[in-house]
Amino acid sequence: MNDVLTFIISRSNYIIYILLMMLGMYGIFAKKNYMKKIIGMNILQTAIILFFISISAKRGATIPILEIHNDHGTHATAQAINYINPLPHVLMLTAIVVAVATLGVALAMAIKIYTDFKTIEEDKILSELEKNAKNENG
Amino acid sequence: MNQDLPVIIVVVPLIVSFVISFTGWWTRRLPFILSMAALSVCLVCSVLIFATILDQGTIQYHIGGWPPPWGIEYKIDSLNAFMLVLISFLSFVTAIYAKKTIEKELPDKIFLFWCLYLLLITGLLGIIVTGDLFNLFVLLEVASLSCYSLVAVGDKRATVAGFRYLIIGTIGACFYLLGVGYLYIATGTLNMGDLAQLLPAIYGSRTVITAFVFIFIGFAIKIAIFPLHAWQPDAYTHAPSAVSVIISTAVAKTFTYALIRIIFSVFTVNFIKTIFPVMDVICWLAAIAIIVGSVYAIVQDNLKRMLAYSSISNVGYIVLGIGLAASTSLGLTPAVMHILNHAIIKGALFMAACGFIYKHNLRNIKDFSGLSRKMPYTALVLIIASLAMIGLPPGAGFVSKWYLILAAIEAGQYPFVVVIFISTLLMLVYFWRIIETMYIKHENEGEPIKSAKVQELPMSMMIPGVCLAALSFIIGIMWISGFFNSFLKTLNQSLKLGVIQ
Repeated sequence: MNDVLTFIISRSNYIIYILLMMLGMYGIFAKKNYMKKIIGMNILQTAIILFFISISAKRGATIPILEIHNDHGTHATAQAINYINPLPHVLMLTAIVVAVATLGVALAMAIKIYTDFKTIEEDKILSELEKNAKNENG
Repeated sequence: MNQDLPVIIVVVPLIVSFVISFTGWWTRRLPFILSMAALSVCLVCSVLIFATILDQGTIQYHIGGWPPPWGIEYKIDSLNAFMLVLISFLSFVTAIYAKKTIEKELPDKIFLFWCLYLLLITGLLGIIVTGDLFNLFVLLEVASLSCYSLVAVGDKRATVAGFRYLIIGTIGACFYLLGVGYLYIATGTLNMGDLAQLLPAIYGSRTVITAFVFIFIGFAIKIAIFPLHAWQPDAYTHAPSAVSVIISTAVAKTFTYALIRIIFSVFTVNFIKTIFPVMDVICWLAAIAIIVGSVYAIVQDNLKRMLAYSSISNVGYIVLGIGLAASTSLGLTPAVMHILNHAIIKGALFMAACGFIYKHNLRNIKDFSGLSRKMPYTALVLIIASLAMIGLPPGAGFVSKWYLILAAIEAGQYPFVVVIFISTLLMLVYFWRIIETMYIKHENEGEPIKSAKVQELPMSMMIPGVCLAALSFIIGIMWISGFFNSFLKTLNQSLKLGVIQ
């Protein structure tokens, strides 16, 4: 029992990322409203950002601005262990930009769907499309 | 000069795309001229790159002068060079075709179309040249986002299809990004060449296997391998004509290339052969996709939808080629062949199908009777391309099926030989329906022949279709005559796969 608890606590951020991911997937698959689907998609992307930020974190480390002088004014080599890894942060800056762009395109499409159908509920849209298809053929 | 070509080929369409988005507001003709200029530059550059590759092996370009593995590297070997020529050629030809269809279908959005089109090509060419996993993700999203928007600019149904494509495609991209994250945890690098050197030491680790699974599923969604194809038929069917042509040819093939690159250049043959023998699963998935795609194609009435399902089946062929690559002496030859052949043939088929919609607004196969008299040349393009796809020797489809069968026999996987035969029969069924309706049916109904006036497509739509249809047989002959043999040999050697005998 104790082992399980320490496992959960020591890896809480990873567990949260998986939970968030599942939540996002649930939103995408189960919800019929396009707005809720978009929100689910965004949660999924945010979960991945959390994952990447988690892998760069270190206990007791600081921001990666190198102090190359020690107290005596002589050169000292930087110890990687003292600094968090900046690369995943940089990658995630780009991923956030991608996520924002995706969100923008998705919202624009949702607006176009709303002006075309006067609704953003998937089942209503699908039934209207089916009706149209029948009219065309019959 | 030649060393800078990889970056030129990505930057030119990107910059021109921005220029178009500004100049398009006050000129109507300039966007087309500018994009044709940019695409010609890409085509010339890619041919130059191909020539350089044949001459001296690989080209490396370090973005910003940072050497890999710290900086982003553009690395080109024979596989990329081949894909570059293919994609820039297809995008050039499709652009010529697109001019008239866009003027008819999206008259008030012409320059926006060209802007997005060039952005899409930027993304695709970028995916091909890059040697960095995260850079690949960004360019994948550049290409995908412009692709979603291009699909969605059509009619009401296109927007819904585009929205669904966006949601599902984003899940795929997220899975890919997660896979890259796992690889980064395991090795601390994102450069493909560097990864290939660091990974063998930790092949057994679960992190690496998870990364492989995530990346494979991500790309399987993007290239619509069978159970993950839900977005594809709607997107292909309802997209504007030119967009259907470009996404069924260039986009699908580029994502397939990326999958090949990651499986064979990053994880390498050893991994999939000894550590994580996943290729059998992939082969069976592909076999199911081949059969199910063909069966669905038979029951479709809409021609574009039928071609979309046929694409699912043909993606199955390519994936089957990838799955068999590690265990035969043919290596990637069947997969690479079918990438080229299917891109050319499907381009011709979609051009003909969209031509019927452009001129007579005919979407459903049952309305096609008498089309062979109204549009004789377009009908002929459709027939030639479908014969090449079914596998009439020396058509291109015949060659890739032949090599796939050879590979399956050599690997001892006889069920796949049967699968290929069955799917060829099914293909014959669904293409024969069109041929029958167009050429034979109207004779029976006693319709007066003279009444059908010839109303052909304009030249700018005619020539690309005829060109691709002719190429579908010329390329078949070139494969058979062994014109590409030495190139295929270097390609397989560069990925450490079997040698052609």
